[in-house]
Amino acid sequence: MAGNRNILWAILLILALIALPALVPRYWIYFAGILGINIIAVHGLNIMTGYTGLLSLGHAAFVGVGAYTVALAQSKLGLPFYLAIPLAGVAAAIMGVGFGLPSLRIRGLYLVIATLAAQFILNFVFVHWQKVTNGDAGLTVQPATIFGYPLNNETRAYYLILVCDVAFTLFALNVIRSRVGRAFVAVRERDRTAEVLGVRIVWYKFVAFALGSFYAGVAGGLLAYFNQFVNPEQFGLLLSVFFLSAVIVGGMGSILGAILGAVFMTLLPEFLRGGALAVGSSFGFDISLILVPLRETVFGLLIVGFLILEPRGLAQLWKRAQQKFLTISTVK
Amino acid sequence: MNPMVMFAEYSAVGIAAGGIYALIALGTVVIFKSSQTFNFAMGEMMMLSAYFFYTAAVTFALGPFFGMIAALIGSIAVALIIERFALRPMMGRPFIAIVMVTFGIGSIIRGIVGMIWGPNSLDIPAILARSPVMIGGLFIPGKTARAFAIAVVIVGALIAFLRYSRAGIALRAAAADQITAYSMGIDVRGVIAFTWVIAAITGCISGVLMANVNSLTPSLGLVALNVLSVIILGGMNSIGGVLIAGFIIGWLESVTGWLIGTEFREITPYVLALLILLIRPTGLFGTAEIERI
Repeated sequence: MAGNRNILWAILLILALIALPALVPRYWIYFAGILGINIIAVHGLNIMTGYTGLLSLGHAAFVGVGAYTVALAQSKLGLPFYLAIPLAGVAAAIMGVGFGLPSLRIRGLYLVIATLAAQFILNFVFVHWQKVTNGDAGLTVQPATIFGYPLNNETRAYYLILVCDVAFTLFALNVIRSRVGRAFVAVRERDRTAEVLGVRIVWYKFVAFALGSFYAGVAGGLLAYFNQFVNPEQFGLLLSVFFLSAVIVGGMGSILGAILGAVFMTLLPEFLRGGALAVGSSFGFDISLILVPLRETVFGLLIVGFLILEPRGLAQLWKRAQQKFLTISTVK
Repeated sequence: MNPMVMFAEYSAVGIAAGGIYALIALGTVVIFKSSQTFNFAMGEMMMLSAYFFYTAAVTFALGPFFGMIAALIGSIAVALIIERFALRPMMGRPFIAIVMVTFGIGSIIRGIVGMIWGPNSLDIPAILARSPVMIGGLFIPGKTARAFAIAVVIVGALIAFLRYSRAGIALRAAAADQITAYSMGIDVRGVIAFTWVIAAITGCISGVLMANVNSLTPSLGLVALNVLSVIILGGMNSIGGVLIAGFIIGWLESVTGWLIGTEFREITPYVLALLILLIRPTGLFGTAEIERI
């Protein structure tokens, strides 16, 4: 019953999203596209950190690997998007596993350090490998084309992203419900016990890390097509913090949480900007200078606040609100 | 110039920079030892202390001496607030949740400093003389040499203190076995708070030294991420290890920068960290607390 109701709601939501470009201004569609890309990246980090308990501080760099792969696959190999995007995912997965593998065998902090190293080393490569990445200036990317039909504006690219979002959300849901997903949770909760019960934990950590990085690469590939350029600045540590905040705020280990977290964190900077500009103009000083640090502060506060007060995030709050609503309606 | 002399000079400068690394690493290691908490906000605590120093010494015109005292008091207060209100509620929670909390705290501090003091570099009153130091014909920049001397003296004093004082013994007891230490009457919470105070002190001194050698900007704290490789090389829980590891990493950083190009300096510590993880994850002096699975 509840399952049917959820499917109904999901279909209604998707129909509304299909109709969205006809209803709202263009700027919103741009925004919805970025949001859709963030959702895929956050799904990836959620599989790693939320479900399997492998903390990655380098997610943005793996997104960057995907974006650069698309840019290069297009300009050097002339690949169409339906080959370039999977290739972006594979490239990011290989990078992720390359950095993660030595420390996946060791518990605790070491993977965190390895992913942080990946963040800085990959970003360094984006900036300094001039011949391939064109350094700080970055690369331009031609829009994706389907059957000779270019996805050259926000609305057309939006539909591509929407399709990917639905596909990758469904895939994540199914992986989590499978044997593999249960193994992920077992690794997170009690790795020793899991091993004794025959779950090959190193293998599943490896799978989770590869899968999460694959999602990151796909998100990066979509981002390259959507922005039509790639540069190193997009993939800094702040973006990794952003993804981590989204996973925590949404609720670690919940697909719904990953979506809610991505929505919340994507909208938040806009609200901050709006609020800060309103406050600034009413007091008559220029507040645009403090926007970036303000964002950092709020990201940090959300991470700390949710971890201490509501570690299961918005998904849990949502569930609680839903239950309240349902009990009231049945009592009446 | 003779390449051997160049090599010796780069080595000396690198080892001198390593002194401050050891100081930063020490603060992180004591916290890790007492509570298995890896403090990713160490760099930001250090950067914030340097801003406290600037504000007390320049804005309130207290001068360097009272500025330093004010900065120390401020840093200790901040560290105790972090420990009490962000980390104590997390006790017993999964390890990655705790790491993420410290990471979030770092983000908060970076943001607040950016909002209050702005992104531009500030002129901090010079507490280190500029005149270069010559050691046996080697030329070492004055500020780096003096910062090294101060850092090494403080690290040495702290290591001795942690080895011989009651507080240091309590710390080691709590690190070895928290529950037994607790039942023997050691105030484990007090020990943890005490390690945060030590981290605040080392962070404050290294922050002010660092701001003197380089400049004072909100990105000053990123140096502490370079120190990760020092901590791993020294062995995560070895207090004495940080000093030698600091020298080695500082030296390698400087020499690789000289040999293959200065831009590579910024990633040398991370490459080293990865290599250490591959070859010897316990570091040089860490006890085998590494759990392979």
